[in-house]
Amino acid sequence: MTISLSEFSRDDASVVFDGVSKRFAGSGESAAFTALNNVSLTVGRGSITGIIGRSGAGKSTLIRLVNGLEKPSSGKVLVDGVDIGALDEGGLRNLRRSVGMIFQHFNLLSSRTVFGNVALPLEIAGVDRRAIEARVRPLLDLVGLADKHGRYPAELSGGQKQRIGIARALATEPKLLLSDEATSALDPETTQSILELMKRINADLGLTVLLITHEMEVVKAVTSDVAVIDKGEIVELGHTFDVFTHPKHETTRALLSGLPGSKLPEAVARGLKPAAAPGDRVVVRLTFFGAAAERPLISQLIQSIGAEVNIIAGTIDEIGGKPYGSLVVAYGADPDTSGKADRFFAENGLVTEVLGYVA
Amino acid sequence: MSPDLLLLIGKATLDTLRMVAIAGFIGALIGLPIGIFLATSGKGELFPAPNVNRIVGLIVNATRSTPFIILVVAIIPFTRLVTGTSIGTKAAIVPLTIATIPFVARLVEAAIRDVDKGLIEAARAMGATPVQIVFKVLLAEARPALTLALTMTIVSLIGYSAMVGAVGGGGLGDLGIRYGYQRFMPDVMLIVVVVLIVLVQLVQSAGDRLARRFDKRSRKT
Repeated sequence: MTISLSEFSRDDASVVFDGVSKRFAGSGESAAFTALNNVSLTVGRGSITGIIGRSGAGKSTLIRLVNGLEKPSSGKVLVDGVDIGALDEGGLRNLRRSVGMIFQHFNLLSSRTVFGNVALPLEIAGVDRRAIEARVRPLLDLVGLADKHGRYPAELSGGQKQRIGIARALATEPKLLLSDEATSALDPETTQSILELMKRINADLGLTVLLITHEMEVVKAVTSDVAVIDKGEIVELGHTFDVFTHPKHETTRALLSGLPGSKLPEAVARGLKPAAAPGDRVVVRLTFFGAAAERPLISQLIQSIGAEVNIIAGTIDEIGGKPYGSLVVAYGADPDTSGKADRFFAENGLVTEVLGYVA
Repeated sequence: MSPDLLLLIGKATLDTLRMVAIAGFIGALIGLPIGIFLATSGKGELFPAPNVNRIVGLIVNATRSTPFIILVVAIIPFTRLVTGTSIGTKAAIVPLTIATIPFVARLVEAAIRDVDKGLIEAARAMGATPVQIVFKVLLAEARPALTLALTMTIVSLIGYSAMVGAVGGGGLGDLGIRYGYQRFMPDVMLIVVVVLIVLVQLVQSAGDRLARRFDKRSRKT
């Protein structure tokens, strides 16, 4: 499956993957396998771009190609227009100093204090002591942990550790931040606060963020663009709002079904049948956004079909700053009622999906 | 107990400490880089040299699997070459050092391999050179384990140094054999054993305390 690059021109691009494949040679008992297959993707400068996929989909490999921790088997990776495949070790190290990275398990040095951890990339870059001091303090302020500078990572909570990870990643003033499942080891509340911080540094510092995750919640909360990756291929790509509201690929739908509010109540899900018997009701998921979210849709629906409508599940939410709603309703499956309903949905521009039938 | 005997015990203790200190110092000095090399030169590691790694590993294993008492005898020509003699405290330092090097190397290798691979990846992502990774990440993070490794080395050396007494090495082991065993003086034997126990105990608890101080992994707020 080929996917065209999104509308960013390459001049606006922070990262460009151009037909990138990655094959791992088998060694010993492990068989050779293809982690990425002909991936093309553009990360717009200043965007927060998410790459979502199940574990083993190839997203870890993909993000590691950006700072050269992995090398592509074929294809090119450009970072700010520089083909990183053409860099020697020294050039690659310089590039890495301008690309920050944060990790699922934080990867902080247990032997160093908070201050020492944030100072590490600066020491590596050969910055002198005084300049390090001057740089680290404001970073700790930025992540809200100035009072912890003399503490050791073992004394911090997971969320605090990730804040230190972020401060460390920002120490060399990178233009690009890579986030490798940075919130996957955190509880939902802490995840939200870390995502807020990522949003803030994206807005305030103009930092491009490329993040990989297996959680749709994360994509929904912070990203402007998203790529869905499955078995080493990008199966869906676009603005986050569009992908969420009009998911095309089955993997995307499966990932979306994990979101709260999109799951059917257990009792309904159990009784769901693939075909209608006489007298059954049809269960439909309505997705609406923009102006539609502000109209009294259900009462209009009842009026236009002239029959009862049950609301089974529903959620109102925001994606990429736009309001978005999802309702699961049930009404008569007879041709007359459902025909009227279909016309109503078409007239109002609602996206519908028939989930099944219930008695 | 006669003052002469006490003097003898004092001198033997000093001899033992001298052997342990010198052999431990030189052994650690040479063993540490070998251990670092062993831990970082495998395929796909920081300084990939898998073939050299295998050869060095083989030599280390060969030295470690030779019983110490046989090693002492086997390298007598070498010992003579270095110190001009094959008996006495000075001579004993040579086999002690030779035995310490691979011992330290393996312990250092294990300590460094134990450092979380994620930290190496993070350091690489920061643009660290392999040498920077060794000094700023691996050695720093392995410090508690390295301290314990060194402690273990010294404790083993105290034991080995008593063994060289069997071949005229000097020190507490020598004293125990010549007086305690050959002249049948059980009180001397007892004192030798007690002094050895105390030495080991002191070294171990000092090492443990130091390692705990270096270890920042389990501190709670």
